[in-house]
Order: sequence, then structure tokens, then C-alpha cells
Amino acid sequence: MFPAAFDYQSPATLDEALGLLAERGDDAKVMAGGQSLIPLLKLRFAQPQLIVDIGRIPGMTEIKRDDGHVKIGALARHVDIERSKELAKLLPVMVEAVRWISDPLVRNRGTLVGSVCHADPSGDWGSIMLALDAELVARSAKGERVIPIDGFFEGPFTTTLRSDEIATEIRIPLPTGRAGGSYHKLERRVGDFATVAVSLQIELDGNKVKKAGIGLTSVGATNIKAKKAEQALVGHELKDDVIAESAKLAAEAAEPKDDIRGTAAYKKDVVRVFVQRGLKAALGRAQEVKA
Amino acid sequence: MRVNGAERSGDVEPRVLLVDFLRTNLALTGTHVGCDTTSCGACTVLLDGEPVKSCTLLAVQVDGREIKTVEGLANGAALAPIQVGFHEEHGLQCGFCTPGMMLVASALLERNPNPTDDEIRWAISGNICRCTGYMNIVKAVQYAAKMHSEAAKAPAAAAVAGGGE
Ligand SMILES: Cc1cc2nc3c(=O)[nH]c(=O)nc-3n(C[C@H](O)[C@H](O)[C@H](O)COP(=O)(O)OP(=O)(O)OC[C@H]3O[C@@H](n4cnc5c(N)ncnc54)[C@H](O)[C@@H]3O)c2cc1C
Ligand code: FES
Ligand code: FES
Repeated sequence: MFPAAFDYQSPATLDEALGLLAERGDDAKVMAGGQSLIPLLKLRFAQPQLIVDIGRIPGMTEIKRDDGHVKIGALARHVDIERSKELAKLLPVMVEAVRWISDPLVRNRGTLVGSVCHADPSGDWGSIMLALDAELVARSAKGERVIPIDGFFEGPFTTTLRSDEIATEIRIPLPTGRAGGSYHKLERRVGDFATVAVSLQIELDGNKVKKAGIGLTSVGATNIKAKKAEQALVGHELKDDVIAESAKLAAEAAEPKDDIRGTAAYKKDVVRVFVQRGLKAALGRAQEVKA
Repeated sequence: MRVNGAERSGDVEPRVLLVDFLRTNLALTGTHVGCDTTSCGACTVLLDGEPVKSCTLLAVQVDGREIKTVEGLANGAALAPIQVGFHEEHGLQCGFCTPGMMLVASALLERNPNPTDDEIRWAISGNICRCTGYMNIVKAVQYAAKMHSEAAKAPAAAAVAGGGE
């Protein structure tokens, strides 16, 4: 298989890339790791006239801590997250989750920001970013804007990013105090997309939950932020009845379909079970953190 | 681009995949096409030392960079340790997956000279073998790891022997 013909540019600076998109954005596609885009081009599900390869733009591979955030550049690959000592310390849930994404070869090319922009409802990073309340930084020739991840996904493979914009980094607020997260994924075989996956993050104030994040993968038209299930936790101790109520609300927020990976009813139940397990795991981890 | 240490160039359309450039333009047919959908790893090459799927990379993306294919493993007639390992431990049957397996394994040994069986299994988890089975492949990688560590010890031993004279 090979793609339909296209023009290819690999600009050396961000400004040059933004200039190309300002002119031809509607006919163009940005390429980062290409691990979702190239398969789509080969199947001819995407036939852009121009590919703007941002892979050679310097300064976008960083993962760094910066006033209350971790910033992850557009070219930081899955493998960079897997090996990041900083993230293992600050947001271990990301390092745990990345090992569930595809296989080592795809992780050597694919990027977190690319995954989020791709907006596959079965993608893992989207729900992790929803649980962590991340923000995306988007640049165009006209300037920069910061987009909260909640509301960024509009539908399968569609986001609020404009065709003249490049997402330059994602910012994740650092949890304060005692916090913990976990990621639970059901897949049919190593490297497969999720049948169901659930991302959890909690922050404690004493024994009570101060902040909670719950993101759902593969159970709707987009990655879903289970807000009612999050709210059911805030202000409470994580006792069994509180956990059960939140898990029930998360299952209600899921909108899965019957497919080869399972029935809708089964997937909803997996959400419920994963939220229960995940909250207990996240609580255990939060309690290990010294205040 | 540099392929197996030599400068190679070609004029290709942007849509040409790296695997097709290697196989068709450079006649390096050791890089295989299995699934053509980024799933099997038969097309694995090393890009600047890291294993990637060449069916999911455009040749133009590699402009100016370093590629290693299975043809670049041996040093003339001398097989690389990973090749000796696959030979000794019967790590292949039909050989279709073998170039990818050996390249992934050689990149692993470069970063981690003494991998556990688990680490080897993890490293090859993006490469599918449909006939040998993974037991012997893991053994083959362990064999190569042992060859590497013995080779690393040998010069030191020789130096000690030399110094003793
Ligand atoms: C076999 C296989 C299995 C996989 N399994 C999983 C899995 O289990 N879980 C999972 O989450 N993912 C999985 N993936 C997808 C993988 O994680 C991709 O790496 C990821 O989805 C896309 O990242 P990329 O950098 O390769 O993006 P690209 O392929 O380069 O781009 C994807 C899309 O995002 C846009 N885009 C990319 N970067 C930017 C940017 N900075 N600004 C604006 N737009 C941008 C592109 O225009 C394109 O539309 C799998 C992929 C394969 C091939
Ligand atoms: S041919 Fe490239 S992964 Fe199968
Ligand atoms: S040796 Fe035949 S596929 Fe692996």
C-alpha cells in the first residue's frame, strides 16, 4: 500500500511551519510521529495535498517542570515518557500507562501531543489528560492560545484545533500534597487498542478527597471525562460506599457500543469495576506520599 | 541518508515509504513487508540506533539520518553475535521475522547488555513470529548477550596476561 500523492515540507522553524499552515492549512496535515497519520494515508482515509512534517523543528522534544506544571513538548515521544525520570517522580501514572500504548517500535516514533490531536476515542492519552486536567498550547501565525483538555474533543478524530494551528505542548498541573493515580486497560493482546480503559487521579486533604479526575477510553465518541463520578468523590473519605457510587456514575457516563471487543453492557460493567479498583490503587499510592 | 554506514541517495516522491525505498531503490531486500499495517515488525530497521517500522515512515523523513538494516549487522564474512545466537539457538524457522527480531535485539543489547528474559520479551513485543515460537528467540538473544559480555572481558583478560609477562 502507498499513499496518494502529496507535497511534503519539513520546515526548520515553527514560524515557517505556521506560515505554511496559514496559507494552505485547509489542504494540509501536520505530521509528528506519523504513527496514526501514515497508516491513514496508506489506507487513503486521509488524502491531504500537503504534509507539514514538524519533526525537524528544534526545541519541542522536552519534558520539563515549570511553575506548577509539567510541560511536554509536541515532539516528546511515548518512549521519552517511558524513560523520563522526572515523570516517574512527578506523575508516575503516566509512566505506568505508556507501557500499555501500542508496542515499543510505535512508541519510538509516536508522540503524546500527536495522540491527543488525533483524538481517537480509543486512544489512551486523551483520557489520562482528562483525568489530569491538562491544557494544550496551540500556536498559529496569529498567536497562541491555551485550550483546556475538557471540551477539546468534539467527536471521533475531531477537536477544536484549527487547521492553521500547531499544538506546541501540553501542560499538566502538578498535583499538590498527597496524590496518586492509576491506569487500567483491558486489551485483547499486547499492543492492541483498549476494549475499555480507565484513568484515575486523586488528591487528598487529610483523609478526604480534594480533587478527583476520571477519564474513560473506548466507551464513546470521544475520550470521556466522568464529571459526576469525580464530583461524587470530592469532600469525602474513600470508603467503599463512596467508591461504589462513583463507579456507578462513571459506568452511567460511558456510552459504549456493541462491537467485536464486547457488548455495550459488558463494557459499562468493566468501567464500573476498573473505577473501583483504580480508586483503591490511587488511594493506596496517595497514602504512601509523605505530606 | 546513511544506510549501513554508506552514503546512499535517491530522488523519490514524498509518498514513497522507507521500506519501499530500501527494497526497490537500494535492493536491500532483507527488510521484509509483512502486514503493511504497522502491526508485525517484519519491516523493522534501526533509525539512528532505535528500532522503528519502516512501513510507517516516509523515505523523505529519513533524509540525512542513519539507517541500519539486517544487511548491516555482519562485519564482512563475520557474523554479528546476534546472528550467531539465532544460528546456535535455532531462533528462526522460515526467517521472515528474523531481520526485525535481530535488529530489535541488537538495539536492546546496546542499551542493556544483560537483559532478563522479561526485558527481552518486552523488547520484541512489537515483532510477531508466526512459526518459530518465542522461546528460542529469547534464548538466541541471551546467547548474544553472553557473547558480548565474554568479548568485553576478553581484552581485559589479555591485558592482565600481557602485564604478567
Ligand atoms: C499498531 C498501532 C497500535 C497502536 N496502539 C495504540 C494504543 O494502544 N493506544 C493509543 O493511545 N494509541 C495507539 N496507537 C497510536 C499511537 O499512539 C500514535 O503514536 C498516536 O496516535 C499519534 O501520534 P503521532 O505523533 O504518531 O501523530 P501523527 O500520526 O503524526 O498525527 C496524528 C494526527 O494528529 C495531528 N497532529 C499530530 N501532532 C500535531 C500537532 N503537534 N499539532 C497539530 N496536529 C497534530 C496530525 O495532523 C494527525 O491528524 C497505535 C498505533 C499503531 C500504528
Ligand atoms: S510490515 Fe511494517 S509492521 Fe508489518
Ligand atoms: S521464523 Fe518464521 S515468522 Fe519467525
